[in-house]
Amino acid sequence: MSTRVLLDADQIARTLARIGSEIVERHPDLAQVQLVGIRSRGVPLAERIRDRIRDTTGVELPVGAVDISFYRDDVGLRSGTDERIGEHPVVGETVLDASIEGAVIVLVDDVLYTGRTVRAAIDAVFDYGRPACIQLAVLADRGHRELPLRADFVGKNLPTQLTEHVRVRLAETDGVDEVVLIGAEA
Amino acid sequence: MTDTRRHLLAMDDVGADDIERILETAAGFEDVVERDVKKVPTLRGRTVVNLFYESSTRTSASFELAAKRLSADVVSVKAAGSSVDKGESLKDTISTLNAYRPNIIVIRHPQIGAAQLTARWSDAHVVNAGDGKHQHPTQCLLDLYTIRKRLGRLDGVKVAIVGDVLHSRVARSNIAGFQLMGLDVTLVGPPALIPPGIAEATGVRIAEDPAAIGDADVVYVLRMQHERMEPGQNHVPSLREYASVWGVTARRLRPGQVVMHPGPMNRGVEIAPDVADSSASLIGEQVEAGLVVRMAVLYDLMTRPGVGGVIDLHERTAERGAA
Repeated sequence: MSTRVLLDADQIARTLARIGSEIVERHPDLAQVQLVGIRSRGVPLAERIRDRIRDTTGVELPVGAVDISFYRDDVGLRSGTDERIGEHPVVGETVLDASIEGAVIVLVDDVLYTGRTVRAAIDAVFDYGRPACIQLAVLADRGHRELPLRADFVGKNLPTQLTEHVRVRLAETDGVDEVVLIGAEA
Repeated sequence: MTDTRRHLLAMDDVGADDIERILETAAGFEDVVERDVKKVPTLRGRTVVNLFYESSTRTSASFELAAKRLSADVVSVKAAGSSVDKGESLKDTISTLNAYRPNIIVIRHPQIGAAQLTARWSDAHVVNAGDGKHQHPTQCLLDLYTIRKRLGRLDGVKVAIVGDVLHSRVARSNIAGFQLMGLDVTLVGPPALIPPGIAEATGVRIAEDPAAIGDADVVYVLRMQHERMEPGQNHVPSLREYASVWGVTARRLRPGQVVMHPGPMNRGVEIAPDVADSSASLIGEQVEAGLVVRMAVLYDLMTRPGVGGVIDLHERTAERGAA
């Protein structure tokens, strides 16, 4: 099995800083903006983007977390778990402390792939209120969408084969910062 | 052979990792039942049948609400007023309900083994909501959830299970589940209400002295099961005498102990009213835990690796034919 590093720690840091400044550019009134990480790796990414925006503007955006377990579209399917949405992990908490009514919600995730995870996250957010709009920021977009979705803020576009896997590893969850492409065969 | 991992029939069938997963999932549902929109789409399009041959308030209500909060379609059948009244056998009732293709059947029945038979006769995942004096696994899970929430731990917690162990399915499930999670269990009650040989079979301690509850962190009071005591079998001389010797009263508790009861209570018999309503009582918390834990059980059966999800009807029918 071949493994190739697509982004190292340095590149991830610069990519997140760029996403942060794009969010600031798009929303001069940061008061309405909330970052919401999709569990699990979207949450530390959202926190890092918050830190970058605070460094440059002095404004600290609220960060929430959304767990999509109960909103997946593959629960109880005969074909089993759709691993592209991720294994059924231990259920995490959804934390949206600030009211999302009328807010600009920027969902944050590591990899955009089929779009099913994002669909589930949007449904989850709407059960907590009615935001003014929902946008999407991802560290990597690997293509192969199965839903009519696109990201508003993309760290890196990664053309991939369906047989390949993209793994994002973060210091907070995996001890190391890197994005790797894992090929199907050697 | 019934694949016990596809069902929740008895606490003896589940492992510590299953219990951990269910308790953590239940904690995830706390947020759902607190917020404004108290519903998630998880089991949309799935069907849950609640089949109750015995009276029940909290178990049937919480299973029904749990399934609805998960967006499942729910059919609740009570024996009274159904074709059971007309003499339909359990097997015929199950095969009738099975024709509606339920994903999960929750069953309570006065006969030991009814849930096991349901698992054999239907294609659904089966949850035992109480079969005679045998098992009541979701009660055990919600009790574990309640204990952990209040005490912050399970391992090493000392529990005294007090009263009518002989007729109690709750006690049987709790002994198995509590021991699996590292709790230290002592049964306290008159010898006539302690099943013979249970200490040897399970490794619990037995105390024939009401003062033994003093050592426990959790005093778990069982209901006197009058309805399961056959006339002429004098398990206890009288309820009044039982209450005076074994009843859990404020005087018998020390500060810091918590009291649990699976309900429904016989106030003034096994538990004094002032204890039931005191701040030491976790009885209200147990009822609340019942909802999120039953949501977690339904969710878990539909997502359990390797066995969760919709069952292939052809495979199941072939399996039954071969059995």
